[in-house]
Amino acid sequence: MKHALSTLALLAALSPLSAGAVEYNQVLPAKSSVAFTYQQMGVAVDGQFRKFSGQLSFDPAKPTAARVSFDVELASVDTGAPEGDAEVAGKPWFNTAAFPVARFVSSGVKALGGNRYEVPGKLTIKGRTQDVIVPATFTAQGASGVFEGAFTLRRADFAIGEGSWAKFDIVANDVRLKFRIAASGK
Amino acid sequence: MKNHYTATAKSLHWVMAVLIIGLLALGFYMQDLPLSPEKLKLYSWHKWAGVTAFLLVLVRLAWRAGHRPPPLPASMPKPLQLAAHGGHLALYGLMLAMPLSGWLMSSAKGFQTVWFGLLPIPDLLAKDKALGDLLQNVHATLAVLFVLILVGHVAAALKHHFIDRDDILTRMLPARPTEN
Repeated sequence: MKHALSTLALLAALSPLSAGAVEYNQVLPAKSSVAFTYQQMGVAVDGQFRKFSGQLSFDPAKPTAARVSFDVELASVDTGAPEGDAEVAGKPWFNTAAFPVARFVSSGVKALGGNRYEVPGKLTIKGRTQDVIVPATFTAQGASGVFEGAFTLRRADFAIGEGSWAKFDIVANDVRLKFRIAASGK
Repeated sequence: MKNHYTATAKSLHWVMAVLIIGLLALGFYMQDLPLSPEKLKLYSWHKWAGVTAFLLVLVRLAWRAGHRPPPLPASMPKPLQLAAHGGHLALYGLMLAMPLSGWLMSSAKGFQTVWFGLLPIPDLLAKDKALGDLLQNVHATLAVLFVLILVGHVAAALKHHFIDRDDILTRMLPARPTEN
């Protein structure tokens, strides 16, 4: 009897899918985007990353158990100008030859009420890791769900733009990241 | 009819002369620079100066509409008079077309123009790479045309002064007594 009970408990613990719940765990790259905006001498300039991937598990019924790990291929950057793309792949910026990927790994999820969440975690770019808190909303759309949010990082924290670019008079320190991540559930 | 320009017309002419020659020189110089903070700074300055030149040409056209310039010398052959008017018309056209094409090019390339980094000029075009490249060609071609017509403008003024020995050049110079 005791054995049967503990087996039940174990099964319950191992099975995140309670009746009716959906766990979103497949990132849909074609429906997702990772974009950024920065200021260049007072001009807001938009860019994006074309390639990224992620592992996540998110059950709206148990948001605090959610986990996410997200990789962005830095060489897939689109700065809006070809010479800009080539420039930021180089050593003073992302140094994609040595650090091809930017990675975010969550350390937990805080539900703020409604469909709003805060996802603290570690963001690693160019070999430097910073604690960040990523705000996100979640919207279920049929069989898939969409996570959206934006946060600001300081490029200097990750040594993005060294040498002659290190000052902020031309390219500002703050970079606003905007993401839209669609995921399918099962 | 008075045979000189107003002080306002002279001021506008010479301020724009300096601005336009500077803009053309900077434009040709900066485009071949490797990407650097300096290059981005020069591009911003070029755009700010271009917006300024555009506003000045509007002022100039408004002034011109209310103040007829002095006539060309009666001794000038008719075809040359026509050429002079055509050249001036082309200069005004280019003074408008250069900043407009630059502004549209910036819009299409996704880099908004913000005058002195403070006043955003609306983007008339959405970001469109092919259109941006086309407008870049238009802007560059107009710039070459502008240089050619400016060379003709200066050469004509010098010819009037040194060969025809008339007052075409001197009546635009600030030294001459003026009235408004």
